Amino acid sequence: MALTKLDQLYRAVILDHSKNPRRRGVLDKATTQIELKNPTCGDVIQVQMAIEENIITDVRFEGSGCTISMSSASMMTDAILGKSIEDALMLADEFSGVVQGEEAEHKHELGDAMMLSGVSKFPARIKCATLSWKALEKALEADGTGVDGQLKHD
Amino acid sequence: MTVPYEELRKDFKILDQHVNDEPLVYLDNAATSQKPEAVLKTVEDYYHTSNANVHRGVHTLAERATVQYEGSREKVRRFINAPDTSEVLFTRGTTTSLNWVARSLGDEIVERGDDIVISYMEHHSNIIPWQQLAKRKGANLKYIELTDEGMLDMADLKKKITENTKIVSLTHVSNVLGVVNPIREITDYVHEKGGIMVVDGAQAVPHMPVDVQALDADFYAFSGHKMMAPTGIGVLHGKRKWLEQMEPLEFGGEMIDFVELQDSTWKELPWKFEAGTPNIAGAIGLGAAIDYLENVGMSGIMDHEQNLVAYLMPKLEEIDGLTLFGPKKASDRTGVIAFNIDGVHPHDVATAMDMEGVAVRAGHHCAQPLMTYLNQPATARASFYLYNTIADADKFVEALKATKEFFLDGLD
Repeated sequence: MALTKLDQLYRAVILDHSKNPRRRGVLDKATTQIELKNPTCGDVIQVQMAIEENIITDVRFEGSGCTISMSSASMMTDAILGKSIEDALMLADEFSGVVQGEEAEHKHELGDAMMLSGVSKFPARIKCATLSWKALEKALEADGTGVDGQLKHD
Repeated sequence: MTVPYEELRKDFKILDQHVNDEPLVYLDNAATSQKPEAVLKTVEDYYHTSNANVHRGVHTLAERATVQYEGSREKVRRFINAPDTSEVLFTRGTTTSLNWVARSLGDEIVERGDDIVISYMEHHSNIIPWQQLAKRKGANLKYIELTDEGMLDMADLKKKITENTKIVSLTHVSNVLGVVNPIREITDYVHEKGGIMVVDGAQAVPHMPVDVQALDADFYAFSGHKMMAPTGIGVLHGKRKWLEQMEPLEFGGEMIDFVELQDSTWKELPWKFEAGTPNIAGAIGLGAAIDYLENVGMSGIMDHEQNLVAYLMPKLEEIDGLTLFGPKKASDRTGVIAFNIDGVHPHDVATAMDMEGVAVRAGHHCAQPLMTYLNQPATARASFYLYNTIADADKFVEALKATKEFFLDGLD
């Protein structure tokens, strides 16, 4: 049956992050926050961060979306917690390559997010996987002072 | 005579393929339909034998192209029973048609404080032109409520449409709920109150007989690509008295009568609205699509789709955790079925079904206010057409069950 191919995309780790998301919720003291929408499908995500001396000391996300976008957000929080702004942006850039079938240099730092590499075989779903990372990038622009934004069509 | 719908499949080569190693079951017809060989061949033949610009030039090809282009207009007229071809304007599609009415007539007659009435089930293309018009003019945009089954709440409709209402614009058939609205009844009410009735027929004309004189609406808009014609061609039917009053929105070649240095005059209807070289091949393709649909028979197509829905509904209702939107009775709707599996996002549903070869749409269906109204971020949608069969319906149910199982039972 063709659904077995779905296993390439929906690995157990991904389904687990979707069912039991890490750091879903809101921060009491966020220094940076952003809401990003994907206008093609209606997904919406909020990312909040506490940044102290250039280090992301805490992070939360909230939103509504599919398995891929929500699990990706959960995995992202795992990957960027405790990282500097520069390192987080570097991982965001690498992740964007991973879901388009490129090799990653920092597999260990990306952690569970590497499990989303299968998305590259489902081009229509790449945007789902990158939504939270795009939000992160936008939030960290201007030295992490944060801006509101909407995901643009490429 | 019973039409052998299974046989019609052979007219659509695109349907004869495998997607993700499974036979393709195309159920995204509300987005766009496939095109039969007859339409593709007509367009190809036109380019091979008759391509020239229309309405200018005396040479033979120019004459051939013009005859075919205007011949298509006559086919459209007959198909929707318009009184005259002067009332049949070729546009880019429903969106352009509705924008023209809002921009041209809307700007002329709507004033500050007037009401424009639409409903919660409208497609964005029948919301935003009116929203923008209301903003330009300081008018009020009002939305008719829906019943629990997703039909227009007629009591609310009668409250919202008053003597203060200048324009009412409603869809004939919802692209999400599949519900068929009682356009004639509403049109009579709008006219009684002195308003203008505009109808978005994009999801109706491909699937059922439409008679614009029987409906009596002031404007009726639809697209070619959802009824087997190429993309980029559509129609606006308008009553002559309004079209004559309306100014064209585009100016240039084709639409002029005389051009002087400081002033110009326009051609008569319908050409005054068709500036520039039109989508000639598209219009001719639309004519061929109408020939194809008429040959199959429009009332038969409607029956065929309703039979498929009637066959499907009990099977779908049996599936635990499946929410269906829209009317329960097959006779109240077309072959559009919006649904959600509890706990599974529609995008995941659409990807999973695609792996089974079943093409369905997921998202907000260009109807975000309706999604908000239904309290759903998005839904999945299957939409059937004349080439879909009972076998397709069975495959759809099977893929749906497998999808549900994959996401809900696959993980403890």
